[in-house]
Order: sequence, then C-alpha cells, then structure tokens
Amino acid sequence: MTKVNVYVTLRESVVDPQGTAAKEALLNLGYNEVQNVRIGKLIELELDGAVTDIETRVKEMCEKLLINEVIEDYRYEIGEAAGK
Amino acid sequence: MKFAILVFPGSGCDVDMYHAINEVLGAEAEYVWHDEAELAGFDAVMVPGGASYGNYLRPGALAKGSPALEQLKAFAASGKPVLGVGNGFQILTEANVLPGAFLLNKGLKFRSGKVKLTVQNTESIFTESYEKDQQILIPFAHQYGNYYVDEETLEELKENNRIAFTYTNGSVDGSTGHIAGVLNEQGNVLGIMPLPERAVEEIIGGTDGLPLFKSILKRWSENNVSHA
Repeated sequence: MTKVNVYVTLRESVVDPQGTAAKEALLNLGYNEVQNVRIGKLIELELDGAVTDIETRVKEMCEKLLINEVIEDYRYEIGEAAGK
Repeated sequence: MKFAILVFPGSGCDVDMYHAINEVLGAEAEYVWHDEAELAGFDAVMVPGGASYGNYLRPGALAKGSPALEQLKAFAASGKPVLGVGNGFQILTEANVLPGAFLLNKGLKFRSGKVKLTVQNTESIFTESYEKDQQILIPFAHQYGNYYVDEETLEELKENNRIAFTYTNGSVDGSTGHIAGVLNEQGNVLGIMPLPERAVEEIIGGTDGLPLFKSILKRWSENNVSHA
C-alpha cells in the first residue's frame, strides 16, 4: 500500500473567510506577529501499491474531483510503501 | 412540457420544485433518481437545492461521481433548458457546466431569509417574463453562497449579458460582482443561488419566482406550437 497526502489550500487570489476569522482571533489572543492565516485541508489517500503510474493517477484524482481548480491549489506527497 | 427533477441523495428542495411545477405552473414534472437517470425524453432538467452527498468535500462536488452527470452535461449541450437552484447551481459549477465556484459565506454562517434581486437579463429563456431591472424578492438559504469567478471571467460574463440576476443591495455573502444567477454561454443553462421555487404562491409569501418558470414554459410552447 502506498500512502499519499494531498494538501489543499485556497488560491492566493481567493479571500479565505475562515483564515481571516482565525487571524482576528489570534490577534485578539495577543499573537500580534500573525500577519496572515490560510486554512486548507489534508486528504489522505491509501492506494494499491501495485499501481505504477501513481503520480499521474493522483493528479487525475485531484483535478477530476478532489480539488476545484477555480478556487483551490494543491500539492501532494507520496509516502513510502507501508507494506502489509 | 415535461420537466425532470434530478434527485441526488441529500437533495432537499426537490419537493418544492415538484409542487411549483405541477401544482402552480400547471406543467408536468417527474422526479428522476440520479442513479437511474434517463433524461433524453424530457424537455427541461431541474437540479434542485439541498445538500447533495451531505456537502462533503465541497458542496456539489461528489455529484460528479454520479452516472447522471454525463447525461446532464449531454442534455445541457443539446440546448434544452437546465436550471440549477442553490446546491443545484453548485453542482453545475463543479461539473463545469457553469463558470465559477462557491466559497464559504463571508460571514462564515449559514444564512436564510428573503433577499432582493435585480433582473439583469430579460432575454434568456428563464427571464423573459421579467422586466429589465425589475426587483424581485426571493427566499434564500445557504452557507456556501459566496460565488467566485476571477476578474477575467467576470468581464466576460458582463460583456455577454450572462449575469441573469444580481443581489440588489450587494451580496452580503461576498459573491463576485454581486452575482446571484448566471447563464452558460449558449444561454440554455441557468444557475441561481436563491430559491425561486419557494416564491410561487401568495400564501407562502410571494410570487416573484413564478415568472422564471413561466418563461421556460412560454418559450417551449412557442417552439412546440404544432404539438400543443
């Protein structure tokens, strides 16, 4: 089995309402060094390790479903085969 | 005229849509379960609001995994009317049938009530029964009602008269260009975030949504005189 982590964030050009609210809250708590907060999500995929073109397949999964390219950017990390 | 109401797990406004078309408009609407959808025999497809697939991943996104989506795209490409309301609008953007995407409301919260819209385009098959710049009051209920398109797309929408409705007093939820409803390039697909099917009878607080459905029926009747 191969583990893949997909990190999804809102595009820089898109205002992040949650991040803006969290930034305000951090400033209220006295963390005055906070200049910006962006909130994203982590998607963990567990894939059949026998697949050879994992990278192509993961990109396809992201572009077809997991992320929305109008508003989101993504990057991914392919982990070591965890074996079973 | 036969309307299909395309129902996904989690659709909620399908019943309102059914009532508006069958009981008020006086046309014929049928529920079509997404998994066994056969849209070819219908004259129009309504994608109702609600929270399909629990709004998991992103609102409207998981409907892309349904076999109905290829059919819906083909139906839209055939030039017949497709209306997406609320979550139905989100599904149409996720499927790239309409431009843009939806973000969490600027104020983060779910909001509902009635909102004033301005009719911007009165030439489309969905809006020709309205007056230009007419202000209408339509119920809304959404948490992801913050419609986003980039600058370039916004200009393109404006130039081609594809913005059907705007929020009259600006979008509280943050929508780009105060857009409440947008048309596809061919003009046969409309997505609208507020819920016109909930404003079709005086007894439930107004009829400002009814001309939208009357417009669809009128255009169909004009094009199908021989069958009438």
